[in-house]
Amino acid sequence: MKKIILALAVLALPALSVASGGEGYHLLTAPIDSHSKASLQRGAKLFVNYCMGCHSLEHQRYNRMARDIGLTDEQVKENLIFTGAKVGDTMKNAMRKSEAKGWFGVVPPDLTLIARARGVDYLYTYLLTFYEDPSRPFGVNNAAFPNAGMPHVLWELQGMQKPVYEMHKNAEGHEVETLTGFELVKSGSMSPPQFKESMADLVNFLSYVGEPIKLERQRIGVWVILFLALAFVVFYLLKKEYWKDVH
Amino acid sequence: MANTQGTTGLLGWIDERFPLTKSIREHLTEYYAPKNFNVWYFFGSLALLVLVNQILTGIWLTMSYKPSAADAFASVEYIMRDVDWGWLIRYMHSTGASAFFIVVYLHMFRALIYGSYKKPRELIWIFGVLVFLALMAEAFMGYLLPWGQMSYWGAQVIISLFSAIPGIGPDLSLWIRGDYVVSDATLNRFFSLHVIAVPLVLLGLVVAHILALHEVGSNNPDGVEIKKVKGEDGKPLDGIPFHPYYTVKDLVGVVVFLIFFSLVIFFMPEMGGYFLEHPNFDPADPLKTPPHIAPVWYFTPFYAMLRAVPDKLGGVITMIGAIVILFFLPWLDRSPVKSIRYRGFTFKLILTAFTVSFLILGYLGALPPSPARTTLAQTCTMIYFAFFLVLPFLPAFEKTKPVPERVTEQ
Repeated sequence: MKKIILALAVLALPALSVASGGEGYHLLTAPIDSHSKASLQRGAKLFVNYCMGCHSLEHQRYNRMARDIGLTDEQVKENLIFTGAKVGDTMKNAMRKSEAKGWFGVVPPDLTLIARARGVDYLYTYLLTFYEDPSRPFGVNNAAFPNAGMPHVLWELQGMQKPVYEMHKNAEGHEVETLTGFELVKSGSMSPPQFKESMADLVNFLSYVGEPIKLERQRIGVWVILFLALAFVVFYLLKKEYWKDVH
Repeated sequence: MANTQGTTGLLGWIDERFPLTKSIREHLTEYYAPKNFNVWYFFGSLALLVLVNQILTGIWLTMSYKPSAADAFASVEYIMRDVDWGWLIRYMHSTGASAFFIVVYLHMFRALIYGSYKKPRELIWIFGVLVFLALMAEAFMGYLLPWGQMSYWGAQVIISLFSAIPGIGPDLSLWIRGDYVVSDATLNRFFSLHVIAVPLVLLGLVVAHILALHEVGSNNPDGVEIKKVKGEDGKPLDGIPFHPYYTVKDLVGVVVFLIFFSLVIFFMPEMGGYFLEHPNFDPADPLKTPPHIAPVWYFTPFYAMLRAVPDKLGGVITMIGAIVILFFLPWLDRSPVKSIRYRGFTFKLILTAFTVSFLILGYLGALPPSPARTTLAQTCTMIYFAFFLVLPFLPAFEKTKPVPERVTEQ
């Protein structure tokens, strides 16, 4: 009886989640490898060159980043610090929030935890789906984040793409257009596969910044579990020994 | 000078002045527990373990946390990044909060299936429900402290519920917040309540819960009173001393629990957004309401009930009623049979319906509402309350099985 009710309930639940699912551009899967220090270094370079003018990483220290992604403090000082910050400082930028609000309508958010808040797939999709839209203030729109306030700062790498729509009838029989893909109208300095790879590096870097301890905690975790597994055997045998005389 | 415990030396000196040996005997070495505890009986000691975990990790978090709207969010990241092992302490605390509720829900369910709330254990149950209430208050206030978007808006939604109370409502919610919106004042007082006031209450209630338990003795999966059948030495024939038997057994439970606990801490601390909600990694923004505000999973069954009622005050009454009704359970259930092993089909049926409804409510409370979901939530809410209302009349229909005199071998 219990099982039947449970089974029915479990079967009914997915139907409920479909009932109100929002429609949006499908998320791409970010092909990231958090163990690849080369990828993290490329991502860090992209971040400080293209993002950091507006977006800070105010909880991330330069020297912590250096240590974790396999660079020396000197390498970071020479190549990745543009603000005159000390290597032990957090990665802030010089933009004033009051001015930023006037330029973009919103203050560009700090990105330290963006990968944990939105997920890597969202970031990857967001970075790849800027498209030409003359109706927007900066002439671009975004498929993952419609009407985003951010200009396409990476256009010189990616080039510019146009949206491709498909017409179809929705449930009520109305003609609606759905964004199905993009067509490159102006090429950038990178080929599309190169650009995708770079965006994966950038997302990989942001994922690292979101939780710098991640790889270390997983490494420690394996030992903790092994220790506990051993402790289980010991305590189980101890219990058995004590309980021999309980009948 | 001799003492009643027959101890000498330093221990004897202490025992003449303080009931040390006496307490150890009463609560551990000469506390007789039924020998037939099954896996359901691990969750009491585990709840105690998690309580200790929360208190210890909480003390260390407090050393680096800053309870102000300007610094709270950054101080949590400071703990996660700059404090040695801060990330571990924080994950132990955040995972511990969810673990506390998992363990307590299972502990309460154990009471339901084996009738542990029945005479003479009514007060144990009542203290337990009070612990559950204090725990909810503790978790709710603790959740505001990281000062993320869900912290902020979750608190905003829940505190605004008080404004539904006729007459004093708006003033009451203003008084709780200390401001017109959730703000620095709210955060600061919630911090105070979370680290001092509620933990003190919680500890006191836990002590009362255990004292009441040790006064009447533990129930067991057969629901028989082991004190009824005593040997020549006056000790229950089916009882064994808690220490060492159950201390060594509970240690096995502790290790198994720690394995699951560590799997979460080290490999999935966010637990897919259920233990640490993704929007809570965005700092609180009083000007930006998130599109979907969901409480943490352990509150979702009650949140679903709140939303199931179209009227705000009605929803609040329903939600509070769902907890208050638990206090009356010992008197609503009139069957003399305690354990589900000897209860009839009708009880098993309504308990299953109750449990499944509660789980479905928990699932629905985490999702944005839709007409179909609201209907389902209403149905489940009715089943939840129907369980308590049907219980008093159950003995008329229920065919129970004979309860044995002694505990059985399983």
